[in-house]
Amino acid sequence: MRSVSEALTASRRAPLLSILGVVTIAFSLFAFGLFGLVAINIRKALEQVEERVEVRAFLEDSTDIESVAAAMKDIGEFPEVARVEYVSKEQALERARKEMGEFADVFEAGVLPASIEVYLRSGMRDPMTVKSVADRIRTYHFVDDVRYGEEWVEKLYRLRTITTVAGLALGIAFAAVAIIIIGATIRMTVLARAKEISIMRLVGATDMFIRLPFLIDGLVKGVLGGLLALVFVWAANRVVNEYFIQTIFFSREMVFLGVVGGAFMGVLGSLVSVGRHLRRV
Amino acid sequence: MIRLTDVAKEYPRSGTALAQISFQVKKGEFVFLTGPSGSGKTTILKLLYMDDKPNRGEVWVNGVSSTTASGREISRLRRRIGIVFQDFRLLEDRTAEANVRFALEVTGAPKATIRAKVSRALTQVGLASKATSYPRELSGGEQQRVAIARSLINDPFVLIADEPTGNLDERATRGVFQLLRDINSSGTAVIMATHDLDLVRRSNYRTIELNHGRLVFDSAESPLSPRPSDPTMAEVEAAGDTQEKS
Repeated sequence: MRSVSEALTASRRAPLLSILGVVTIAFSLFAFGLFGLVAINIRKALEQVEERVEVRAFLEDSTDIESVAAAMKDIGEFPEVARVEYVSKEQALERARKEMGEFADVFEAGVLPASIEVYLRSGMRDPMTVKSVADRIRTYHFVDDVRYGEEWVEKLYRLRTITTVAGLALGIAFAAVAIIIIGATIRMTVLARAKEISIMRLVGATDMFIRLPFLIDGLVKGVLGGLLALVFVWAANRVVNEYFIQTIFFSREMVFLGVVGGAFMGVLGSLVSVGRHLRRV
Repeated sequence: MIRLTDVAKEYPRSGTALAQISFQVKKGEFVFLTGPSGSGKTTILKLLYMDDKPNRGEVWVNGVSSTTASGREISRLRRRIGIVFQDFRLLEDRTAEANVRFALEVTGAPKATIRAKVSRALTQVGLASKATSYPRELSGGEQQRVAIARSLINDPFVLIADEPTGNLDERATRGVFQLLRDINSSGTAVIMATHDLDLVRRSNYRTIELNHGRLVFDSAESPLSPRPSDPTMAEVEAAGDTQEKS
């Protein structure tokens, strides 16, 4: 309780420093938050493209419908497969005509083969898995050909890997910058109270007693900075949504994690700054 | 109560600060620590309140040994030691009363006892009427009295004073010194580092003299022999170096 009131008294004694601290933390977390927002939106866009990854098995003309139904049941039970659809010759023709628009009449009935379309589960759309599913489907004797856009799947997968690695590296860099800025901000508070700390030590205050108000100060600044950053990111997201492109915002869990992250950074920054100071005096 | 046994202290840059220092201070004793600047007075005081540890030997203060003391033990020990400096070390943004109260609050003293203790300490140093004054509104002598009140708040068994009159004029010096004598006569030991040879000569207290980090004279060991370094001190005084801290 005494530590809480000590922390509050310290903030009251130097209000400008406290406000500056919260705003600095807010801006560093804002940069981190904006990056996070871009990252989740790129991820979402990639996921939407990935949903189009499918394996198409073209069937021989003579295939009887019972064999197809049995194969579809089999394939539907593969662990990688989300769902299986049958496309009859007529449906294939109709779809082709729709896609070709003005050249619709070049197709005649019976030109296009019937097929099975296999959609894969999320997380099972990497080139290896797609190829393995295609190879297994190819073993059915009535399957004439299997296509899955091999090159396209590989490119998409590479793009996904690059964005994940770049995202992680940038995310770590942004988080590191945020931690350093928060640490420096809290260090200013520690230095502003250096004399007080030295007197506290001389009269016999324990290191824990000296540390605790700073930890609480860091926690409060981290939470307030986190909330302020959240407001900034939310506002930025609204502007983008209004005038540029449709984007998604953080989920409730992510928002909670962000604020807890801010608090954690505040406490960590305090711990490091005060610890270094106490070791030195 | 306080015992230093063959203590040596070296600093990486400035070299030997203390060598082969051994002496004891008994309960309720008044001891002057004298010597020219750089002779090791402040270093000895720092070792006594365990702000620093010796490289060799052992400092023993009220049952706490420098070789084994933990951070918590040192904190507890300091609650029983009063420490006063030449530059007062008061918090400028707090009143005299708040400065004294601070020493109790940060050691987690029960709230109910704080007010009475603060008022008693300020009365003891003759500053009850200036409790609500800020340090900048007080004279040097008064500021030092506030610092002494702060050091007395936890009923210390020893008061360690590092040049407490170094920044004061003659009149304020006499007042602060008399206060330290009164504190001593009520049973608290006082160890006072000073350059002020007049003060040392006029009183009959035990004197330990240092030179280049070595103990060169202890009046308790050889009460009748003359102080070997009187000329040295005279030279120091002549050089006008009396204000500088060792």
